[in-house]
Amino acid sequence: MSWLTQIRKSIPFGRKRESADNLWVKCPNCSEMLFARDYEENLFVCPRCDHHGRVGADTRLAQILDPGYELLPEPSVAEDPLKFRDSKKYADRIKAARAKSPHQDAFQVALGAIEGHKAIVGVQDFTFMGGSMGMAVGQAFVNGAKRALEEECAYIVFTAAGGARMQEGILSLMQMPKATVMTRRLKEAGLPYIVVLTDPTTGGVTASYAMLGDIHIAEPGALIGFAGQRVIQDTIRESLPEGFQRAEYLHKHGMVDMVVERKSLRATLARLLDYLHPAQAA
Amino acid sequence: MISYLEFEKPVAALESRIAELRAAAEGDDVDISNELERLEEKSADLLASIYGSLTPWQKTQVARHPMRPHFRDFVAYIFDDFMPLGGDRYYAEDEAIVGGLARLGDRRVMLIGHEKGHDTESRLRHNFGMGKPEGYRKAIRLMEMAGRFGLPVVTLVDTSGAFPGVEAEERGQAEAIARSTEACLALPVPMVATIVGEGGSGGAVALASAERVLMLEHAVYSVISPEGCASILWRTAEKAPEAAEAMKVTARDLLKLGVIDRIVNEPVGGAHRDPRAAAGALRDAIGEELDKLLRMSPESLLRLREDRFLGIGDNTKARRRAR
Ligand SMILES: [Zn+2]
Repeated sequence: MSWLTQIRKSIPFGRKRESADNLWVKCPNCSEMLFARDYEENLFVCPRCDHHGRVGADTRLAQILDPGYELLPEPSVAEDPLKFRDSKKYADRIKAARAKSPHQDAFQVALGAIEGHKAIVGVQDFTFMGGSMGMAVGQAFVNGAKRALEEECAYIVFTAAGGARMQEGILSLMQMPKATVMTRRLKEAGLPYIVVLTDPTTGGVTASYAMLGDIHIAEPGALIGFAGQRVIQDTIRESLPEGFQRAEYLHKHGMVDMVVERKSLRATLARLLDYLHPAQAA
Repeated sequence: MISYLEFEKPVAALESRIAELRAAAEGDDVDISNELERLEEKSADLLASIYGSLTPWQKTQVARHPMRPHFRDFVAYIFDDFMPLGGDRYYAEDEAIVGGLARLGDRRVMLIGHEKGHDTESRLRHNFGMGKPEGYRKAIRLMEMAGRFGLPVVTLVDTSGAFPGVEAEERGQAEAIARSTEACLALPVPMVATIVGEGGSGGAVALASAERVLMLEHAVYSVISPEGCASILWRTAEKAPEAAEAMKVTARDLLKLGVIDRIVNEPVGGAHRDPRAAAGALRDAIGEELDKLLRMSPESLLRLREDRFLGIGDNTKARRRAR
């Protein structure tokens, strides 16, 4: 894969200009046309409006970890356990998502280091079926936590999901307690568990492992919440407050420790790991 | 007076015919007892046959039936004593989630559950069983207390979901649900959860992350309401019956998937036709489960609960068999 193809894959929402070389992407927020290479160098943050674009798992890992990290294998789980079908078969939807992705599902785990601090980093990938949490995502989260326990190092998880993967029905719901078993084990082992909430983190993901970290970091402007905005509007029948469910709003209401710009994320994580040293626990 | 669901219309017709006959026979000399008996038998058979093959969407209607027994009915029929305890100590008392000390025979337990209410006034007071962060935080407080005093935790789950509102979000609905799930998983005492009506999403899981999960026969348990699923995947809520079917929301399906451990049968025609009988069966089932768990050490209980959730949907066994 050329560097350009990689960039194209990691910019799912920046609409490409209809030009022969596709070197330009449009900021989804301010519509500024950005040179793809500049956009990538700016970590997929718009230099004009500071909009933090969504990034795929590989891009994120490369941004955060020191070079030479190891991508862990994806778990093998029961495929399409409910034989689910809406207007399309779930089996076909998953096939289509895999065709567009270098991965099998929406959660990747890597073993590596951040400025020399060993860490397991899990990244939920919104570009794969909206990051939705099904059995593969749940199991990958669990495997990441297990590896952190083995390595006696921190577990850092980047969350991004529209919620549960409905096509796996109740089994997607069961990923909430399943992941929580592991956050408890990390706590008991005295290992730091850090959550970085990225756009969007909603539903059952927020109501489980995304809200159980020792530290919660949010990217600027990220949508973070439990209930969907339309559902809330239908329930209360009034308009939502300004900035509702955005990172800054959650910070104001005490749900996240800090809102950190993407360019400072790696340094912030390294600084945290310097404080929260596993060896000092227990 | 029973209110009939759409699919019960044939039974309703028969029952009103029976009532008419009875009224007409009042003071009359004509003996219609044979005819009445025949009709009553027919009506009972019809009800049994309808309820013997309810679709997932019909079960959803039964689980939401306004006359279905709710928390307060189960308290009355199952528990010998109940002392409600109020408040999360941070913000408010949320009556959508009720909890307190209770006796089940000679067992002392901590009882927690959703209450939907039974008339307009009580439905509003209990917010239709949709808990807010303070409700889940009260549940956490009570579970932690139960752990300290060695009281097994019994939960009755009946919610369409946690409340979706601006203030609930501001006060950390997601965090409260996550912590409540965590509190279940941390209990050093037995925990038996029962889905008695609707098990709606995270708002249900927060009180159902137990080592033994029971379900009433016509209860439903799902990741999202059939209407919600349909409006997202089919782009119209009218496809809710299809969504209910596809999501596998019934007790029988969930038992097969290993998500629940036991089905508690309801009286013919659903729990709302005989709440006392429904509660009686549940009382026996909860008692049996508790007695088994009460013999276990805190360590084994924790391990059992953890393994239960880590193993749900586990493919390794299936793959090993396939090889
Ligand atoms: Zn912009």
